[in-house]
Amino acid sequence: MRREPPQRLGDYGPLFFPAGMLTLFFVVPFATMIAVSFFQREQGGFYTPAFVLDNYARFLSLFFGKVLGFSLFLAVAVAIACVAVGVPFTYLLARSARKTQIAWLVALLSILSLSEVMIGFAWSTLFSRTAGITNLFVWLGLMSQAQALTPSFGAVMTAMTYQAFPYTVLVLYPALVRLDPTLAEAARTLGASPVKAFFTVVVPALRNTILATLIMVFIFALGSYLLPQLLGRPQHWTLSVLITDQAIYQSNMPFAAAMAVFLVLVSLALVGLAVYAGRQKEAK
Amino acid sequence: MSGLILEHVTKQFGTFTAVNDVNLSVADGSFVCLLGPSGCGKTTLMRMIAGLDLPTGGSIRLSGADITQVPTHKRDLGMVFQSLALFPHLTVGENIAYSLRIRGADKDAQKKRVDELLAMIHLPGFADRSVSKLSGGQRQRVAIARALAISPKLFLLDEPLSALDAKLREAMQVELRQLQQRLGITTIVVTHDQREAMTMADTVVVMNGGEIRQAAAPVDIYRRPADSFVADFIGQTNLLPFETDSAGRAAVLGTSIEGFAPFAGPAKGMLSVRPEDVQLVPAGNGSIPAQVTFVRDLGGTIETFVEAGGQQVIAVSSPRNRPEVHVGQTVGIKLDPATSVVLSK
Repeated sequence: MRREPPQRLGDYGPLFFPAGMLTLFFVVPFATMIAVSFFQREQGGFYTPAFVLDNYARFLSLFFGKVLGFSLFLAVAVAIACVAVGVPFTYLLARSARKTQIAWLVALLSILSLSEVMIGFAWSTLFSRTAGITNLFVWLGLMSQAQALTPSFGAVMTAMTYQAFPYTVLVLYPALVRLDPTLAEAARTLGASPVKAFFTVVVPALRNTILATLIMVFIFALGSYLLPQLLGRPQHWTLSVLITDQAIYQSNMPFAAAMAVFLVLVSLALVGLAVYAGRQKEAK
Repeated sequence: MSGLILEHVTKQFGTFTAVNDVNLSVADGSFVCLLGPSGCGKTTLMRMIAGLDLPTGGSIRLSGADITQVPTHKRDLGMVFQSLALFPHLTVGENIAYSLRIRGADKDAQKKRVDELLAMIHLPGFADRSVSKLSGGQRQRVAIARALAISPKLFLLDEPLSALDAKLREAMQVELRQLQQRLGITTIVVTHDQREAMTMADTVVVMNGGEIRQAAAPVDIYRRPADSFVADFIGQTNLLPFETDSAGRAAVLGTSIEGFAPFAGPAKGMLSVRPEDVQLVPAGNGSIPAQVTFVRDLGGTIETFVEAGGQQVIAVSSPRNRPEVHVGQTVGIKLDPATSVVLSK
């Protein structure tokens, strides 16, 4: 069957609903946010329509620069951690017995039903001094004294990786199931040990999938604002935390909007760069 | 002892026995085809030779060394997979050089060997192409070149030509055989295509139910099948029951055949007669009476289906001695005891 390009207005019919939803729930709010970011703030929690760049100017300080830098670093670190653990895990999972696969996938999916708040409090308990896993290490004789592992950067990383891990596996799983198992076997017959075969054949063959997963987890982690507050010190707070703070507690909507717009632009630029780099390598 | 020697090789998956007590000796430089229907254990046997599966019993020796438990990557072999398994992220040249790169060969040596191999497979100058842009036959050749890059001791091919169309497949069979003879490399091919096996192999190993039914030269497999399975699987054959009386005279389909005495005493057996060895003659005169049921004229050969003693018999003749018969006619069939094979089963 040949696909004809749409001729009449009616042919575009099926597109109206998604286009409408997208406009109503994405374009309009986002445009509002951009507009608000240029408004003049008024003391007392409101703003008046204007076109001022004060909000952006205020943002261009060392303090906010550092927070932005940390937010991006944290998101990249979580993305890399998720992929570094997720790819070997999903590779082995895709090759295990069907029953094992289903058990793992159900377990991973059930993590998705947990809210961020529950995950945060669960980990803060696990990392606490009184009831945490260090008590188990003491009992096993690995440590002499129980200690608190939170607040710390490691605690934030662990909880965020835990939260993003099911998504990582769900994105990687179809690609790894479809991956021809004889590729790795062929590498082994050609003299590569199983580990070498994994890194020289399986990982490069999945390059696009891995890149897509990195981008997805990066964006997912960039929006996280609860876990850094629950498990980190103030220097581990992300830009999302500050946006929430400005928008809700300081009632400075224009400034919060400016930060959000800036965050979106920077993350879009980074994603674009990653896709561009991927294309360049492919074209080579 | 050189060559590849399999002794009592057995592979069980749970309670299922995929390969049962296989003994096989492959001489250096010979070309062996493992032939059998799907599920006969031929691929499992090859995977054990490659080390991709480990046998649950028995031993495999290559050039005198026991390799039964040696991991695949230390066996120094070349294998072509049914899916070819070319690495999609590498170019043709990088695919072929993979085994050299893994072994740490320097860049110049890799390039030299790749050029050599590309010339051998008649694809010079293809080193920088992407494997996704090759035709089926070209991909086939690249997979072969990649497997041969380190000049392995053993060359294994698992249904290597099954993805190609019939014409290309026949051409590749001849090419593969010529290449193997030129390199003198010990080669084992798994196939379910008996024509392929007959074309290429020094020794055809017919397998069924996880066991070797017969291992012999192609002509011997065809002319002297060991049992009814081999007779039926290799080419077309007529399996005819016969009986011998106390004097040893044999009667096939109820008609006694002169000069044919396979057993001394009274016995029953099965006779394998190739269609080209069935002669159609006028009825009577000691021939087995039969009735023509169908004539299939394929131009190059004529197959005449007749019914004799309640059983269908096929006779094949060339157009030069086309039988003048029509459906419904009563004819006689004559069997030559010299070309008929008595089967134990």
